[in-house]
Amino acid sequence: MTEIAAFIAQTIRIAIPYLFAASGGVVAERAGVVSLTLEGFMLTGAFAATLGSFYSGSPWIGVLCGIGGGLLFGLIHAVASIRYRADQIVTGIAINLLAVGLTRFFLLMAFDSSSNSPRVPGFGITGDAASLTGALLRNPLVWLGLMAIPAVAWLVHYTPFGLRVRAVGEHPAAAETLGVPVKRVRYLAVALSGILAGLGGVYLALDQHQFTDSMTAGRGFIALAAIIFGRWEPVRAGLACLLFAAAETLQIQLQGMQGIPSQFVQMIPYVLTIVAVGGFVARSTPPAALGKTED
Amino acid sequence: MTTTIARRRVEEALLPPLVALLVALVVGDILIILVGQSPSAVFRLMLSGTWGNWYGFGQVLYKATTLICTGLAVSVALRAGLFNIGGEGQLAAGGFAAAVMGLALPPGTPGVVAIPVCIAAALAAGGLVGAIPGVMKARFGAHEVIVTIMLNFIVLAFLNWIVASHLHVPETLHTPEMRAGTVARLMEWVSPFHGSAVNASLFIAIIAATLVGWMLFRTRAGYELRAVGLQPDAAEYGGVRVGTVWIRTFLIAGALAGLGGINYVLGYKHYYEEGFGGGAGFLGIAVALVGRNHPLGVIIAAFLFATLSQGGLAIHALVPKQMVEVLQGVVILAVAAAVPEVRRLVSGARGGVAA
Repeated sequence: MTEIAAFIAQTIRIAIPYLFAASGGVVAERAGVVSLTLEGFMLTGAFAATLGSFYSGSPWIGVLCGIGGGLLFGLIHAVASIRYRADQIVTGIAINLLAVGLTRFFLLMAFDSSSNSPRVPGFGITGDAASLTGALLRNPLVWLGLMAIPAVAWLVHYTPFGLRVRAVGEHPAAAETLGVPVKRVRYLAVALSGILAGLGGVYLALDQHQFTDSMTAGRGFIALAAIIFGRWEPVRAGLACLLFAAAETLQIQLQGMQGIPSQFVQMIPYVLTIVAVGGFVARSTPPAALGKTED
Repeated sequence: MTTTIARRRVEEALLPPLVALLVALVVGDILIILVGQSPSAVFRLMLSGTWGNWYGFGQVLYKATTLICTGLAVSVALRAGLFNIGGEGQLAAGGFAAAVMGLALPPGTPGVVAIPVCIAAALAAGGLVGAIPGVMKARFGAHEVIVTIMLNFIVLAFLNWIVASHLHVPETLHTPEMRAGTVARLMEWVSPFHGSAVNASLFIAIIAATLVGWMLFRTRAGYELRAVGLQPDAAEYGGVRVGTVWIRTFLIAGALAGLGGINYVLGYKHYYEEGFGGGAGFLGIAVALVGRNHPLGVIIAAFLFATLSQGGLAIHALVPKQMVEVLQGVVILAVAAAVPEVRRLVSGARGGVAA
């Protein structure tokens, strides 16, 4: 029984950053903007949160700073790809490079280290005595992360804004004719994806009580994989996040045993995604205007 | 009329990199001032540490070699309308195959045999990894961006597993040294290059760029490739088998990125090591973008980014070398944003006159 509880707790712990990033990415992608940027948004969020938490001593200030960091990068991406109609795939890669470079630069400037920040305040009780489950339940970001997917599902499917998001992602010209401000909707969608993915980074940094160089380690791409594997549906994307996290948990818990090498477990999300876009499971259709820059 | 078109082309090709350079200078200045240094001193140090001495220049040439290959890998694909983000995995696969081939050859195999065999292994492995997204797109309609990104992670994890479980030298992350197939370093011919890693792979990369140019602009295959890139439906209507072109293009692109692996493996370290690519696959996208997808442009852009990256090391005493990573991102962002803007401005200004 305790083993099952530990498995679930560990899975949730790993899944939270994925859930945040995937919920943000799904909104941007549904609005027609490619989300290769999630990795960069997360990394900036994590770093900004570390700065905020370190200098104020309050993790809540850290959360606010992390939101600001993700939002700032979201806006940079939005201006480049919407205002200047730059290729979204190229800007996505640039944003990720920029995030790695800037966080490294300011890590050195602020903490005089090229590897990690000092310990910063986070949420919940710490130390070995605290059980993982207890620490999770006391972390408000865990609850926020678990709510992100349902909230986004509601936003996309049951609100006027969500209807506009889907319209500009599927047929921007038609939406424009109906008076939908295409660019403004896309700006908002990308800003929201920056905030949510940034929160994923905040969770990572505050959970580990420090920032370490490139600490997101491809998690933004796993979130993107979850979006695609979930066929651009928020709830399915959320389930994919949980699936990927469960696979990782299984790998960690089986680490002592001989058998499947860890590298093969790491491949699971990526292989599943390729299988999904190949249409081997079910027809997988991205939003029709995804990545299109002309207006 | 033709002069107008020629001038428009030159403006379209040169303005975006210039805008990017300007933006990068401004951002660079801000960062340098933040650290409390003088921009002019830092940029002077960057120049003297790269083009100003033999060692620095050799390192620029060395870094440019890999970037020429990965830049070509992106630009060939883009010419066919395909986005190849798989350079990182293709590069690693090429380097790995070359290293393994060099291990498998009997010691003392003459270079005339061993070097081409190792190069062929790099081309084949890169091409194999590259062909996967081509086949996935042609047969199943899978978007190549997604497949190449995911494939990077899969290929790197797979190679890590092989190296970690079967091939590594204890206590390290690299394979044993090759027995045959290494290429000469330039310092063996030109002694002032002493200590720098630049090697004969540079010439192989330049030959590859020449061949790519010939293929693109002088052969039927290249014509079909560009036709598919400009207008796939029209190409299909004109009798071009678009799916075949996609697969062929990705095969070539992957092989080119794989070729980049020989620079480190055959020319420098003589073994495969985890993470030897160091982001050169991704930087290839920047190189292709700034080089406007032309082989000559790719070579020039590769030198530019190699200078930036070596320059970071040169200025490290004054400013953290991470500044260069920021500038790389800024350059890509600025070029990407400037290209459509410049095209609009250039054609808008001229369009009025022409009409």
